[in-house]
Amino acid sequence: MIAELGHFALILALLTAVVQGSLPMVGAARGYMPWMSLAAPAALMQLVLVALSFAALTYVYVVSDFTVVNVAENSHSAKPMLYKVTGVWGNHEGSMVLWILILALFGSMVAFFGGNLPPSLKARVLGVQAWIGIGFLLFTLLTSNPFLRVFPAPADGRDLNPLLQDPGLAFHPPLLYAGYVGFSMAFSFAIAALIEGKLDAAWARWVRPWTLLAWAFLTAGIALGSWWAYYELGWGGWWFWDPVENVSFMPWLLGTALLHSAIVVEKRDALKIWTVLLAILTFSLSLMGTFIVRSGLLTSVHAFATDPERGFFILVLLLITVGGSLLLFALRAPVLKPGGLFAPISREGGMVLNNLFLAAACATVFLGTLYPLFLEAIDGSKVSVGPPFYNVTFVPLMVPLLFVMALGPLMPWKRADLAGVFARLKLAALGALAGAAITLYLREGWPVLPAAAMGLVAWLFVASLVEWCERIKLFRAPLGDSWRRARNLPRAAHGMTLAHAGMAIAAAGMIGASVWNLEEVRNLRPGESMQVAGYDYRFDGVEQIQGPNYLADRAQITVTRDGRPVAVLTPEKRLYPVQNMPTTEAAIHTTWVVDLYAVIGDSDGRGGWAVRIFHEPLVPWIWIGCIVMVLGSFVSLSDRRLRIGAPSRKAKAVPAGGHPAPAE
Amino acid sequence: MKRLIAALAFVVAASLGLPAAAVEPDEVLADAALEQRARDLSHEIRCVVCQNESIDSSNAELAKEMRILVRERLVAGDSDQQVLDYLVARYGDFVLLRPPVKPGTYVLWFGPAVITVLGILGVFFFLRRQRRPASAVQPLSAEEEARLARLLDSADASDAGAPAHAQPGQSQKDTAERS
Repeated sequence: MIAELGHFALILALLTAVVQGSLPMVGAARGYMPWMSLAAPAALMQLVLVALSFAALTYVYVVSDFTVVNVAENSHSAKPMLYKVTGVWGNHEGSMVLWILILALFGSMVAFFGGNLPPSLKARVLGVQAWIGIGFLLFTLLTSNPFLRVFPAPADGRDLNPLLQDPGLAFHPPLLYAGYVGFSMAFSFAIAALIEGKLDAAWARWVRPWTLLAWAFLTAGIALGSWWAYYELGWGGWWFWDPVENVSFMPWLLGTALLHSAIVVEKRDALKIWTVLLAILTFSLSLMGTFIVRSGLLTSVHAFATDPERGFFILVLLLITVGGSLLLFALRAPVLKPGGLFAPISREGGMVLNNLFLAAACATVFLGTLYPLFLEAIDGSKVSVGPPFYNVTFVPLMVPLLFVMALGPLMPWKRADLAGVFARLKLAALGALAGAAITLYLREGWPVLPAAAMGLVAWLFVASLVEWCERIKLFRAPLGDSWRRARNLPRAAHGMTLAHAGMAIAAAGMIGASVWNLEEVRNLRPGESMQVAGYDYRFDGVEQIQGPNYLADRAQITVTRDGRPVAVLTPEKRLYPVQNMPTTEAAIHTTWVVDLYAVIGDSDGRGGWAVRIFHEPLVPWIWIGCIVMVLGSFVSLSDRRLRIGAPSRKAKAVPAGGHPAPAE
Repeated sequence: MKRLIAALAFVVAASLGLPAAAVEPDEVLADAALEQRARDLSHEIRCVVCQNESIDSSNAELAKEMRILVRERLVAGDSDQQVLDYLVARYGDFVLLRPPVKPGTYVLWFGPAVITVLGILGVFFFLRRQRRPASAVQPLSAEEEARLARLLDSADASDAGAPAHAQPGQSQKDTAERS
């Protein structure tokens, strides 16, 4: 009964989306107000219906209703409650409903907060959102219905893939989807602006917070997925350049570019056409990220839906969305008037370089991910594109990007004085030298390239802080004065400093992880030890334990350094009997500078066990850096000027908590 | 659906999960220098039954066999390149995680550089056009003015809020100039 209600609500949501995608569009074209104002209530209605449907699906999972095929195939009565709930989106059908729910959520936010948008723009944005919704609802209802029943019902379910039964992965999809779907806002605004033929600073002021929000979610989602791979897969790596990772990384790269070009549109009314193109491409890549792993083109652990009917539907959907929006772009982009002029050496110029390197990096990942498919289709030859390829193509693009990233924030708009900028970066140059020197000192054998890389990262980190300190006149004015300045500084400025510094921290972690990680594997009997990078690992033995829905061998490894205790690591090797699937649970002790990482392997049958120790310098910084970046985004989002829809500088005059007044 | 689940389980089992991870103690060579070469080489070689995984990190049976094979070749005195050639002869280019540079992969290898250079050129011309001061823009010729006025006229007409009184005068001027 509940499942049928959910199914029914989803169908009603589709009908609502059809109304929302048609009448307001016609109304906007004819200037017919009542039809335009239909969009907002329809969007709210959609949210209610989709939320109802999602709640119904969650309910059948929570009560383990195995008469529903989806539940029977992906859940089990003995599964912990957390994974019953997160299992809702741990499968293809459920994850589509989650996608649609997030889309409806974003749509209703425009409806709710968009009171000050020009009515025709609002109607069109919501209309385009509804078109996306129609595509996804049709796809779900026709090919991936999660509410289908099965008769006779099985006695118990087949359980969720044990690899997905993990807190890290449980929340990875919602964050990733919030990122993907968040970019649909920029897309809808871009399409609406193309139809409207008008794009101004107010448009950018609307697009920016949405893009930033999406970017923050996507960053968090990718970081969480990477963290999961790091501790769960048990081979000490955190990024594999796997196609599945790449498709989530491409929208991140272009989304980062979009974030910056939208600032130029807002502040300087320039780069408009390019920004619209970026918005379209970013969302297209997000769609690809959602779909390509499901279309059967790329197989991986994420490919839960490799079925030709779905694959075909997906390709058609992608073709319509991407092809249609690019066609519209080609037809209508010339209508948008080019805006403000600027000198090459300026803040705008810096953003252009940022966009150049990010777009080129994205194109590189695109080629590396899709070219092998293309080549195989052309002449049947198969090639593999792995980390060695990206190390020589992608990494060199990051070097100028990180370099310019330090300069950009110090350059004023319109025209900057490069010599002056470099003069203000003396401290950053010192930091770079120090970073390189410390690396050379700490590591044997003149690691020139890693030292240069660490120098570059230190350059960026110090430069980001220098910019912030200059703005608040730290040490140049009395401390109280600096404090007042810091408080008056727009939140967006704090956010940028945090995000740029976070990038530097994460980059340092990535360099450390790829250059200095060590791996030792040894067969140890209880009581024996091994030494890795100055730490002693004593293997104490293995005990059998019984988890809620798995059996495990848990090893105990005592870590000491120069006789002083450091940590006790308990890596596990689990077996989930329902799916008869083994998993490894690595044990990690972090000192915040280095991770000590232990994995237990097989027994040799004679009392010895394969013990694998990874020494992972600076890896924790990757996650710290990502957290700082996400934090920066939210600090920036709390900025009054960016507060969703706040249109005017007079926002301060609006009573706190109240809605910003409509544009005067 | 059953087939799908089975296929998924296979993919998962083949690519991840199996706890007997990667290089095992019994494979390790006694000679540390050779072992290091073997590890470095292993990062470049794909486990041909896995999802984009090197034989160094894969735990599949085949990856283990390939790792042992690499070590055997190294012990026999092969150079790194000879080991790779040997594997390519057996498994094809597919086995290399760094694809070979050949006509079929020119796009892959040179694409990023070409795109970057094109991007730099695009930015260069864009910025050069930007730098030109607004005053340097040629004023419109009389004929262009007239066309502009006509275009604005027709655009205004389709817009709801066009000031109606402006139209007669402009079209008069328009006709005057044409005659």
